[in-house]
Amino acid sequence: MNILNFINAFFSDSAHWQGYDGIPTRLGEHVQYTLEALAIAAAIGLPVGLVTGHYGRGGNALAFIAVAGRALPTFGLLVLMTLSLGFGLVNVMIPLVVLAVPPILVTTYEAMRSVDPAPVDAARGMGMHEVEVLFRVELPVALPLILGGLRSAAIQIVSTATIAAYVSLGGLGRYIVDGLYQRNYEKVVGGAALVALMALGTLALFWGITRLTVSRGVLRSN
Amino acid sequence: MDGFFDIPSDLQHSWLGLIGLHVREAGLPVLAGLLISLPLAQLCVRFRWLYPPVLWVTTVLYAIPSLAFFVVLIDYTGQTELTVMIPLTVYTLVILVPAIVDGVRSVPQETIAAATAMGFGPVRRYIQVQLPIAVPAIIAGLRVATVSSISLVSVGALIGNQGALGNLINDANIYNRPELAVNAVVTMAVLAILADGLLVVVRLLLTPWMPSGARARRAERPEPEVAAR
Repeated sequence: MNILNFINAFFSDSAHWQGYDGIPTRLGEHVQYTLEALAIAAAIGLPVGLVTGHYGRGGNALAFIAVAGRALPTFGLLVLMTLSLGFGLVNVMIPLVVLAVPPILVTTYEAMRSVDPAPVDAARGMGMHEVEVLFRVELPVALPLILGGLRSAAIQIVSTATIAAYVSLGGLGRYIVDGLYQRNYEKVVGGAALVALMALGTLALFWGITRLTVSRGVLRSN
Repeated sequence: MDGFFDIPSDLQHSWLGLIGLHVREAGLPVLAGLLISLPLAQLCVRFRWLYPPVLWVTTVLYAIPSLAFFVVLIDYTGQTELTVMIPLTVYTLVILVPAIVDGVRSVPQETIAAATAMGFGPVRRYIQVQLPIAVPAIIAGLRVATVSSISLVSVGALIGNQGALGNLINDANIYNRPELAVNAVVTMAVLAILADGLLVVVRLLLTPWMPSGARARRAERPEPEVAAR
């Protein structure tokens, strides 16, 4: 297998393990971009989704925002930002956040809407305040779906953060973009493998988070 | 914004030519994805145990970054359109398979029983009863798949000018002409919204029995993530 040889050659070359272009540095940068973009997107998407989902209003507006957000090509946005604002991390964050907000927002809204109304009514009947209803009844039940939305956003960010390298930033995309220019196929495939591994790691991480945070009763009923 | 439609000659296409190329590169994968998903989803409905592993495999395939996928394929299919279209086809599966499975499963048991009682065989029952009832769910999946596909084609620019309108973005960077990037982004966004609207119209035409009010909107599943779980 050709590809496996390339991967092996890439990972066994000790030059790839140190310095500013080493795997630990690039991986660290990639993780940093991903976490920052995900945090910003979650800070926007989660509260809006929770509140609109709780009151059941604004679904159409959210659907429109989702289509608009998805329709904007991330790669185009990235180059546009760089051309108009110059090089910098902010210009990478904006397209990544635009990419990640729609799945988080829409899934959170849908998750809140799909909560069985009976327990919610029961909670109100027990005298729970709206805020309590939201956080102690609806959120725990909706959590698996909400985490699914976050997971899908995280994976999209991980794979898309590679294009940050195109506008001269770091991250694992460096290997792919540089490798393509240098006709260094081993580097390209190595970079691609690292990104794919990181995406799979994200899947595993979210599986673990779901196991830990979702109450056992909810997990069983799914 | 001078030279907004002044496309650099290295792309060897007019603006409309690029749009045509883009529609083809984004549309064919969705069609191929649908052709793969329909039988796959039917298998998942028929053999229930098959569904979780299929979901798992499609989710993992979806996790492979597009750029990485393109690059790995270059070895087999070269720097061609096909290299861009194969990953896009694979990505549509994670959206379409759950959409179709959910749609077909949502057909009420009584309806199927009635069809059987009328003497419908399994094939005819599938084509004339189950599939039409599943249309809203399938179209909802197709909408998400099409819109993401249109946006993803542009990444193909990074593997040697296979990104249709994305190449325009690349040229905007090379020649430092931001207006070309604006052109590409706006054109792609408009294409995506038009395609989305077109699919809504198709659904309205295919499901004349559905009320066009709140229930129709409720039946749509805008987000594949919800279905993919």
